[in-house]
Amino acid sequence: MASTMFSLAFATPSASFSLQHNLKSKLKLGTSSQRAFSGKDFVKAKSNGRTAMTVAVNVSQFEGITMAPPDPILGVSEAFKADTNELKLNLGVGAYRTEDLQPYVLNVVKKAENLMLERGENKEYLPIEGLSAFNKVTSELLFGADNPVLQQQRVATIQGLSGTGSLRIAAALIERYFPGSKVLISSPTWGNHKNIFNDARVPWSEYQYYDPRTVGLDFAGMIDDIKAAPEGSFILLHGCAHNPTGIDPTPEQWEKIADLIQEKNHIPFFDVAYQGFASGSLDQDASSVRLFAARGMELLVAQSYSKNLGLYGERIGAINVLCSSADAATRVKSQLKRLARPMYSNPPIHGARIVANVIGIPELFSEWKKEMEMMAGRIKSVRQKLYDSLSVKDKSGKDWSFILKQIGMFSFTGLSKAQSESITNKWHVYMTKDGRISLAGLSAAKCEYLADAIIDTYYNAS
Amino acid sequence: MAIRAAISDRCSKLSSSSLGARSLSSWWGNVEPAPKDPILGVTEAFLADPSPDKVNVGVGAYRDNSGKPVVLECVREAERRIAGSFNMEYLPMGGSVKMIEESLKLAYGENSDLIKDKRIAAIQALSGTGACRIFADFQKRFCPDSQIYIPVPTWSNHHNIWRDAHVPQKTYHYYHPESKGLDFAAMMDDIKNAPKGSFFLLHACAHNPTGVDPTEEQWREISHQFKVMGHFAFFDMAYQGFASGNPEKDATAIRIFLEDGHPIGCAQSYAKNMGLYGQRVGCLSIVCEDEKQAVAVKSQLQQLARPMYSNPPVHGALVVSTILGDPNLKNQWLGEVKGMADRIIGMRTALRENLEKLGSPLSWEHITNQIGMFCYSGMTPEQVDRLTKEYHIYMTRNGRISMAGVTTGNVSYLANAIHEVTKSA
Repeated sequence: MASTMFSLAFATPSASFSLQHNLKSKLKLGTSSQRAFSGKDFVKAKSNGRTAMTVAVNVSQFEGITMAPPDPILGVSEAFKADTNELKLNLGVGAYRTEDLQPYVLNVVKKAENLMLERGENKEYLPIEGLSAFNKVTSELLFGADNPVLQQQRVATIQGLSGTGSLRIAAALIERYFPGSKVLISSPTWGNHKNIFNDARVPWSEYQYYDPRTVGLDFAGMIDDIKAAPEGSFILLHGCAHNPTGIDPTPEQWEKIADLIQEKNHIPFFDVAYQGFASGSLDQDASSVRLFAARGMELLVAQSYSKNLGLYGERIGAINVLCSSADAATRVKSQLKRLARPMYSNPPIHGARIVANVIGIPELFSEWKKEMEMMAGRIKSVRQKLYDSLSVKDKSGKDWSFILKQIGMFSFTGLSKAQSESITNKWHVYMTKDGRISLAGLSAAKCEYLADAIIDTYYNAS
Repeated sequence: MAIRAAISDRCSKLSSSSLGARSLSSWWGNVEPAPKDPILGVTEAFLADPSPDKVNVGVGAYRDNSGKPVVLECVREAERRIAGSFNMEYLPMGGSVKMIEESLKLAYGENSDLIKDKRIAAIQALSGTGACRIFADFQKRFCPDSQIYIPVPTWSNHHNIWRDAHVPQKTYHYYHPESKGLDFAAMMDDIKNAPKGSFFLLHACAHNPTGVDPTEEQWREISHQFKVMGHFAFFDMAYQGFASGNPEKDATAIRIFLEDGHPIGCAQSYAKNMGLYGQRVGCLSIVCEDEKQAVAVKSQLQQLARPMYSNPPVHGALVVSTILGDPNLKNQWLGEVKGMADRIIGMRTALRENLEKLGSPLSWEHITNQIGMFCYSGMTPEQVDRLTKEYHIYMTRNGRISMAGVTTGNVSYLANAIHEVTKSA
């Protein structure tokens, strides 16, 4: 009963409003069926030995609250941790692992942290918009330091709580200034996108993206849905290394998408969580965003340094709004701040300093580029190895080459929800229920095991 | 709909623009500049002032006697220990387990039964702001018809937080301008007149901005009345240790409520008492019926955090758990917190004495009666503006002085300026 109600919240935005009513009546139901009293009644206080008489005390106001479902992505890691089987493999959350399947702190990050320790900088509050040195380098990294849009000061940038926090601030901006406007998100997309727009009360609908028949991009479907959306919709695009599919539009397709968005007066909204991780080149991975910017379009871009600088837990990212004028950018920035203040006042300093140092110091920046190539390179090579293992082991002649065509940290295997569960139960391979595996969590040594697991599951599990 | 009309209006403007097919007309035409934040805007103005005499008694960030920000020694040591020894993996959505454990001990008491019985749902939060915001969103989601009673005055961001969470606000009397103390009678009236089962925001200690706290006796009465009315107490505790210098003492209000069996909520911040301002470390906790409910409530708090920031920042949490988890470092911390609180108490005395020596016609007792980082001076916005324009002294227009910004070097300058603008009041 309760779990059904909460799963409704994931399904459609309108459900979230009826959820309020359901919860209220559930609270009443809960109190009447489970307990004999409501929040206003009195019970004997928990005795601490001091008083023998009945003390009037409140029963919790939150009596009927039920357990939330596990997060579809972060819950996977929790389940993995609990598994004691030694063959277990965590291909759930998109966190980079070395060949030894250990977390990896980049050398440039260690160097930056040492510098910071030596300098002994203070820990004062950042301004609401974050560390200005960080804001400068992050927008330069995204648009290119020489981009005229930066010279013209047309970009409003504030530091955000990694990708999630940056998306959330942008969603709140949309809700406040474009009430009723919709965001179109790809089908499928990162699991948390829907939660973000739901909680920000921004309506959303999906555009077709993944084509199961080709395990590739359903470009025609995507174009149709973007065309059909009401004028002035926000189109959420993954700048590179689409999550969860790993399927990106080609440059030609990006041009056509941009054409259509301009025609329909939509606003492009990029989620850039993997700059550098897709191709190995920071500039190349920003080309979709730069293409749109070069056309003079206004756009929003959320960035994250979780993966490309391995700063996951530091929560460092940014929201950028490219406007048509410097004046608009100034006003927009002030409103972004006004949204952030009642959420967390000002953003955490540690990760921002790391990024500012890594990008701002030329030797560190060069070194980062090399480490980025190394990480992206390892992923490309396990893709190859997995593909090779699958091709050798699968005698049916099925074409597994989509694994090579996909890009970035993830691969969409084409396994169904039931098959994803089965591969976990039988093979202790942990992945998300949409069939996504994180290649960042795969070692060359485990490719054969994984290939066996995938083949067995694909053909034998329902 | 109005939106469609506005958009098609914009679209027709775009298509007829003389700038060509790809117009530069903006989507953001109706976005007005936001007003400056009343607190953080003060520091911005201060930084822009070139005067060598300028004094910043605006934002509540501790300064040493040279007016410099302080990083506690225990924090430096913790950071040395942490450096290079931990990866930066995502924390769980609920944050650092160790940090939460230590935070609960601080707030609820080392030997709290509630902790032993696992009745507290708690998550790591983005300092005090983040803890209040998640609670406000939680309140909205699970008690959608409820309101929040907020004291007058309060930290200005409290209003923003509950407003953005879409929880309607009501106020209760708190500050008594004539005595520059607590308007206890009016406060009790408001508590009695609020509908039964209302949600109240209480400052656990060192009320911001007034520095006026109820006495222990008054807290007992407040707690009793809350029981009678079935109200929910949400404590914002941003200054534990900072008020008296003793964290246990500063938690007295909370302990009184817990003894009386109230299932409270609590926001804790390490911004001031550990000097971790920019690290954004805090904790949100809610007392539940039993362990099962605590698990359910925690899962729902995580559900609110996930679409806001996914999981909280790791660095500051590691600092906190390293310090509080090591008896030596913890003792060092307790000493340093007491040092900060003592310096502030010393500056309160100095400021009051200076004003009295200048022959001020007004009473300045409240400077030493009030507690914590802030002093509610009683000055008007016009007087504050004069202080800024004529003396380059920066503070919020409600007359709140951040005592942490007062030093032996600037206290007489400050006293003199205050005297000048108030002597003919």
